[in-house]
Amino acid sequence: MEITEKKIRFPMTEQEARTLRAGDYVYISGNVYVARDAAHARMQEALDRGDALPFDVKDNAVYYMGPSPARPGQVIGSAGPTTAGRMDKYAPRLIELGLRAMLGKGRRTDEVKEAARRCGCVYLATVGGAGALIAKCIKSSRVIAYEELGAEAVLEMTVEDLPAVVVLDCVGGDLYETEPAKYAR
Amino acid sequence: MRTVRAQDVTQAVCEMCQEANLTLTQDMQQALRDAAAKEESALGKRVLGQLEENLRIAEEECIPICQDTGMAVLFVTLGQEVYVDGSLEDALQEGVRRGYVEGYLRKSVVGDPLLRVNTKDNTPAVIYYEVVPGDVLEISFEPKGAGSENMSRVFMLKPAQGAEGVKDAIVQAAIDAGPNACPPMVLGVGIGGTFEKSALLAKKALLREAGSHSPLPHIAAMEEEVLERINRSGIGPGGLGGTVTALAVNIETYATHIACLPVAVNICCHATRHRTRRL
Repeated sequence: MEITEKKIRFPMTEQEARTLRAGDYVYISGNVYVARDAAHARMQEALDRGDALPFDVKDNAVYYMGPSPARPGQVIGSAGPTTAGRMDKYAPRLIELGLRAMLGKGRRTDEVKEAARRCGCVYLATVGGAGALIAKCIKSSRVIAYEELGAEAVLEMTVEDLPAVVVLDCVGGDLYETEPAKYAR
Repeated sequence: MRTVRAQDVTQAVCEMCQEANLTLTQDMQQALRDAAAKEESALGKRVLGQLEENLRIAEEECIPICQDTGMAVLFVTLGQEVYVDGSLEDALQEGVRRGYVEGYLRKSVVGDPLLRVNTKDNTPAVIYYEVVPGDVLEISFEPKGAGSENMSRVFMLKPAQGAEGVKDAIVQAAIDAGPNACPPMVLGVGIGGTFEKSALLAKKALLREAGSHSPLPHIAAMEEEVLERINRSGIGPGGLGGTVTALAVNIETYATHIACLPVAVNICCHATRHRTRRL
């Protein structure tokens, strides 16, 4: 497979997200929000109550991640992706609100895939277990909500050329299905 | 009797927690380099290159290899002729507490599985003791990440399913784990014993040196065959397609009941981290 490289930036329009294709190797810059299990549960509760989310999901990217603590002088500790499937229960609702991208690793449910295709959201895989390498692409990080959750707090980060691969695009492409099939023997 | 100071136990565990999370053992580093040389997919090669780069950055800049610095699992081999001058259990837990707090490692443990409040110091660790003759005290530390742990399985097979059933179960567990387990993965497998014994063997099998084989010829052959079958699945590095899906299949066995054939598959990611020390 020829690797197509693209530089992308968040926030991103729906129109641009729809041009990405499964297999594209992307370098992500701009603003990325971080939330994982406990933060998603709280965000769902907030929506149920009719309250605002800690950040506007429209056109933004959420990174499923829980960093290790930063040492003095570091922006952040290790910062690789967590398994996205645990957020599948919550993802479609955020996608319907305009979430543009999900960053994580691992398989997603059909419900998430369908919502993503319909609403123009992409799923990008960062390399699992490459937390130190990814940390070097994070230029700033601050807690914006649920600080008491520790490693599960919501963060707002600025990233520069963070490498990822488009796994789910908006036209039905699923790299986890198509690419392994080429090497199965 | 040989006396070992509890504070030395704490210090050793504290150091092992930090070392294991910052650097892989030489055999695992070599296994990843070998994988990069063998991988046929361009994207897979790129992922493996990133993993090598990640190891370099982790060591040089003291950033954990993976943000999931695990729940601490300790295997303690305690000689009957060793006297520890305090509570061994407390000394081990204190070592984990200090290692995770002082080492800027992530605290990933919740005190109750349903109430889910973080204990803030990564304790309690999961500790297994084995009492043996002599005056040895050996401690192995294994930080176990959840991405791969969640994909682990126990199969209670029927004896009639035999070796073929065992091999199919292991391969199926690896394929089901796929991209969720951060491949290329290492599989710790326990065959035999009882329900929980097989799982314990599987966990312990992850401590084995990568590339080593069981001393039992039929088991060593099974390790090779299963590894090859998993690598033919096409899952590849990161699950993005390729020819290297697993780095090693380590199988441990134990006697079992006439009616039983338990097979436990404990899956670990490419960051199969561990340290062992003798005190």
